[in-house]
Amino acid sequence: MASLEQYEPIVGPSVAQELRDLAKRLSGKRLVMVNSTRVGGGVAEILAQMVPLLRELGLDAQWDIIEGPETFYKVTKAFHNALQGRREVLTDEMLELFLAVGRQNAERLNLDADIVFIHDPQPLPLVEQRKRYPSSRWLWRCHIDLSRPQQQSWNFLKPFIGNFDAAVYSSPAFAQQMPMRQVLVAPSIDPLSEKNRELLPEEIAAVLERLDIPQDRPIITQVSRFDYFKDPLGVIEAFRGVRRSLKCRLVLAGGPASDDPEGEEVLNRVREAAKDDPDIHLLMLPPTSHLEINALQRASAVIVQKSLREGFGLTVSEALWKAKPVVASAVGGIPLQITHRYSGLLVHSVAGATYAIKQLLRNSAYAKRLGENGREHVRHNFLLTRHLRDYLLTCLTLGSTDDVIRLNGD
Amino acid sequence: MSQLANSPRAVAPFRFYTSLILPEATGLRAATLMQWGSLLGQVPESCIYYHTHHFLLQHHYLTPEPTSDFAYWVTEIVGEARLGELLASIDTMAYANLGDLRHAITATIDAYLREHPSARLRFVGEGEEFFFVKCVHVIMPTSQTASTLLEFAQALERVSLPSLYFHMFDARLRVGHPTSDFSIWMAEQLDLKALAARVSQLDPYAHTLETLRATLLAMIREQLGLA
Repeated sequence: MASLEQYEPIVGPSVAQELRDLAKRLSGKRLVMVNSTRVGGGVAEILAQMVPLLRELGLDAQWDIIEGPETFYKVTKAFHNALQGRREVLTDEMLELFLAVGRQNAERLNLDADIVFIHDPQPLPLVEQRKRYPSSRWLWRCHIDLSRPQQQSWNFLKPFIGNFDAAVYSSPAFAQQMPMRQVLVAPSIDPLSEKNRELLPEEIAAVLERLDIPQDRPIITQVSRFDYFKDPLGVIEAFRGVRRSLKCRLVLAGGPASDDPEGEEVLNRVREAAKDDPDIHLLMLPPTSHLEINALQRASAVIVQKSLREGFGLTVSEALWKAKPVVASAVGGIPLQITHRYSGLLVHSVAGATYAIKQLLRNSAYAKRLGENGREHVRHNFLLTRHLRDYLLTCLTLGSTDDVIRLNGD
Repeated sequence: MSQLANSPRAVAPFRFYTSLILPEATGLRAATLMQWGSLLGQVPESCIYYHTHHFLLQHHYLTPEPTSDFAYWVTEIVGEARLGELLASIDTMAYANLGDLRHAITATIDAYLREHPSARLRFVGEGEEFFFVKCVHVIMPTSQTASTLLEFAQALERVSLPSLYFHMFDARLRVGHPTSDFSIWMAEQLDLKALAARVSQLDPYAHTLETLRATLLAMIREQLGLA
């Protein structure tokens, strides 16, 4: 596990010192992070790196996950879809199961902490237990696109959310009219992780050879779970539009997460759409395939993230960190990562994606400039150290209503 | 010849602070220029500050850097380039406080909409609205201090960009100082009034933060005879 010192050459020693200066004001505080999975997806990846760094900085940080039967994860997936605006019917039975599993987990977990960080909707019912711990502060960290939720799901969850001291969103577009503070903290990538570290050209070549992806033409890649919201079928359509005039290959690389029962169904539809097309490479990778993702992104000419809804889309920052030109939908947290025509291209449709990919493939100098700007944007705004700083600031400002807070002392 | 030997020493050392910004959503959004102009007149001043300044920290590596959030949204998202240009050209340095800056922005929008009524018809799609964000500033001392101009230069090389930002931007517009903390200290503690005046005349908005740091260091080195 990387120590804070190892980040200094990337972000500068003054950034690391700021973290130490902030953290000493929270030294010894017990902080519990709770989410629904230890592997798969950006949240688990962030927590795996974040919690050890919080400990190094002197906080008593713990990471727990809730547990439940497969039927529970089907319910939480339905919630996830409905909160991101897709039509879902949540029956009384589903709602009861959601609450029952939440309450079972509340009995099992030790939530006696100074600060309890609940990630995403799955563990929301745990907040019912906060009355047992009157001195605790509770934060709800929402990683999903909550800009247009289905009313049934939102109305059901709203009383739970309203019971937190603050909500933390990735984008202002997700904020609702709520009585508590709604802090904005973008997620981040870890530049030292296997997924983002520098790779030698021979390492990249070896991975592509192993995955049977020829490097004879420009590669267009989307890295995402096989999920309707990531629009893999739209990516295939956009790619075919590009290929009419430019030779290229498409890689769709995804993987399952233990809290996503829908992935197989989406993958089957994508398989059908890509059937008999030798230029389309579908990769169902296990969640530990960080080196493979790293190599694929670095080998690509253009990275695509054509999501229909997106909590944040960390794959965009991953690609930008590798100085790759990115074409991505202007949804969720993506416009925070891409300033249109400065650090990537934002699109709104399949046709727009086709046009933007062609622009980048035909103008390598322009593509290079966007990628380089994107890397600097990520260095200053979307690395783990900035994320850590924002969490420390959130903890330090809990309970205050002032616009300016002065911290005294050295 | 180097001026180091005669370098004055401050009675009160300069302590570098840093200001870290934590953004907060207001839940307010605008899809038309009319809605936007109206909300701009009502939102907290920390919203005006956030949208006219946070890009300086977020995009400081870009030359040319994007203009304020306001000008970016109007130009790139709404597609009203002429109004975007007018908003980008508002000289933030010319306004002593956020209230005056807000008035200048809303007056520019009002005048534009009167002259170009068709702009009222423009609207943006879902997800492209202007989302108003306010911010909390957390101000904290750093370990960097200086009693002489040379020590000041050495510390200035080491401090973080948010620290530089705090002393060059925050002190003026948020705290209400007529000039930057640096020039006040140079004039009052080191009696270097000519250098203080040069620092005071520097328009921080015309630089990226790193070029601002380099410009300040060049002025100080020249003063020290090290240039």
